Amino acid sequence: MKKTVFFGALAVAGMAAGVAAAGTLDDVKARGKLNCGVSTGLVGFAAPDANGNWEGFDVGVCRAVAAAVLGDPTAIEFVPTTGKTRFTALASGEVDMLARNTTWTFTRDVDLKFEFVGINYYDGQGFMVPKSLGVTSAKELDGATICIQTGTTTELNLADFFRANNMTYEPVPIETNAEAQQQYLAGACDVLTTDASGLAATRASFENPQDHIILPEIISKEPLGPLVRHGDQQWGDLVRWTLNALISAEELGITSANIDELAKGTKNPEINRILGTEGDLGGMLGLDKQWAYRAIKTGGNYGELFEKNIGENTPIGLARGLNAQWKDGGLIYSPPFR
Amino acid sequence: MSSMTDAPKEPFRLSMLIYDSRFRAITIQVVALIAFIAGVAWIVNNTIQNLEALGKTPDFGFLLKPAGYDINQRLIEYNSQMTHARAAFVGLLNTLLVAALGCALATIIGIFVGVLRLSKNWLVGRLMTVYVETLRNVPVLLWIVFLMAIISEVPPKPADFRSGKAQMLFDSIAITNRGIYIPEPLFSRSLGDITVLKGVLNDSFYFSISLDLIVLLAVFLGGLIISGLIKRRADRIQEATGERPTTWYLRLGVVILPTLIVLYLLGFHLGFPQLKGFNFKGGIHLRNSFVALWIALSLYTAAFIAEIVRSGIMAISKGQTEAAAALGLRSGKIMSLVILPQALRIIIPPLISQYLNLTKNTSLAIAVGYMDITGTLGGITLNQTGRELECILLLMLIYLTISLSISSVMNWYNERVKLMER
Repeated sequence: MKKTVFFGALAVAGMAAGVAAAGTLDDVKARGKLNCGVSTGLVGFAAPDANGNWEGFDVGVCRAVAAAVLGDPTAIEFVPTTGKTRFTALASGEVDMLARNTTWTFTRDVDLKFEFVGINYYDGQGFMVPKSLGVTSAKELDGATICIQTGTTTELNLADFFRANNMTYEPVPIETNAEAQQQYLAGACDVLTTDASGLAATRASFENPQDHIILPEIISKEPLGPLVRHGDQQWGDLVRWTLNALISAEELGITSANIDELAKGTKNPEINRILGTEGDLGGMLGLDKQWAYRAIKTGGNYGELFEKNIGENTPIGLARGLNAQWKDGGLIYSPPFR
Repeated sequence: MSSMTDAPKEPFRLSMLIYDSRFRAITIQVVALIAFIAGVAWIVNNTIQNLEALGKTPDFGFLLKPAGYDINQRLIEYNSQMTHARAAFVGLLNTLLVAALGCALATIIGIFVGVLRLSKNWLVGRLMTVYVETLRNVPVLLWIVFLMAIISEVPPKPADFRSGKAQMLFDSIAITNRGIYIPEPLFSRSLGDITVLKGVLNDSFYFSISLDLIVLLAVFLGGLIISGLIKRRADRIQEATGERPTTWYLRLGVVILPTLIVLYLLGFHLGFPQLKGFNFKGGIHLRNSFVALWIALSLYTAAFIAEIVRSGIMAISKGQTEAAAALGLRSGKIMSLVILPQALRIIIPPLISQYLNLTKNTSLAIAVGYMDITGTLGGITLNQTGRELECILLLMLIYLTISLSISSVMNWYNERVKLMER
């Protein structure tokens, strides 16, 4: 009898796995909740606030998707993942999407079988050192002890950078950002390295941020973006175009403040198409007409999300730089809604 | 002629498989076995099918591709251009290192504490009780993290040595918050190394053995053997004449003198750690992660070993001690000649389990970033290649092999010391 139950459970589990691979959208709708993989806590990108509500730039993408699909930006189960657990979590179906400052690389896209739906932050790997060390360039770091988060592209970039410059270093592998911070502040390593945005976010949470500098060298390209599993095109399209909607919204001047006004109908056909007053783009995604309206309304457009979470007026204080709209000399560019 | 003595033979009927008690047991076993095999086959098949659906057919080819990442503690040559298999090998050696040193230290501390816990001195006995109870009743992961926190927060930074805020011990040992630097043995007239397995499987498994070490060990072992011969000669003379010649200086001499001469010939000297740039250079670097893991695992397992030793000693009846004392043996001799040989028989089997536990617990290295096999093959390699199933299967296989080797060696030792029954 017990065995029957056991095998029965196995069979159900097997079937559930099969279904999960088929239609993520139907799955999310049936569940009434979006499972979104985020980082274990990186201020500005994804971290719980004092009340335990997740907020941040990456969290904003999750919320937009939840709003578009389920009509409720809070219907999300946030799953904190480390650099090491994130891909397993996504591949196994534990999360429906990852919005976790993950670098888009060839092997992750092709070999690990994931689908990067776009880029929401153009980043690069940098180094942070205490000012008292007197170092001004990454080229002076020969022989330094360096804290790195394991399971990240930074680990590989670091190995390449030091090999190319004929320098040695002592890696101290660390699992989470919080631990890295603690080790770095204790002086167990001279240097902390990760994406420059992550360094800025980490430094912002220090007691004395001015005692630490981020070195000028950026040693890699780190295009960060949300990703989904390979093979479910419908779901991939949905997340991709939700992100594009946020980006287009900024370009077209749709903000969370004026969106209700614009949703009544405008003279700009593209705004009308995005907000669902013209055509039926939502229907093609398997959603209703209001999907993008809800996504943008939730946390505002791309620029608003940026300014609110990591912009220059926040403790993290990142300039738009490469992440400005293409019209303003940046790389952020959405294909047209047509 | 007469078949009267035999009961009439029943022809075999299918129902007998269930109703005949002679067959029933076999029937049940066969059915259960078939069900079990079918179950396993179904699970394996299901896994493979689901993996194929995900586009991940099992493939171990990634092991021979370049790893791309660096490892801080390596007992053999390694750089980021070598293969994943090489990285796994580096990790395996790190695992074996901490396991071997851990077992050794745990045994020493364990025996010490176990014997002292039986001490008649009230204070010593109680102190050891406190040690055992606190150590073994807190999860070992907490001890590892706790030790790591202490040794990365408390000792001075390398920069403090430059500014004179901290001093090296005896000018040769530096205790910093990045680990402990101790002098290393060096040979100025080294004989070189022998390299084994070079060129096999993309250079994944080659390693070098120092000829200096081999020569040194050979001379040392030779000395021990000669020393043994001297002892046997002394025994013979004692048996024949009753007089035992004084041989301790001879025995000590044949072991130490040749070793010293070889050391001199090889140009033995110590390399001291020196502060250069960001860190100390030279010497042996015992990293924080290694020290924390090693000490925590040893202290923790020692608490269990202490209890095993104590139970072994207490299991020998008091009459043995009294009888030995009546024969005129001194208490040290009683322990080593009478009690311990008997206690060992009781101690060894549970000791094997403790060694196995310690070895498997080394996988907690991940908590402090010690690059053992779980950290390399099951950590970075798994993550960078996305080959979860293959990596975990290999890991299980490796741990299984290590554990089985340990238990077979220990079982062999147990066979040797156990009570000979005639």
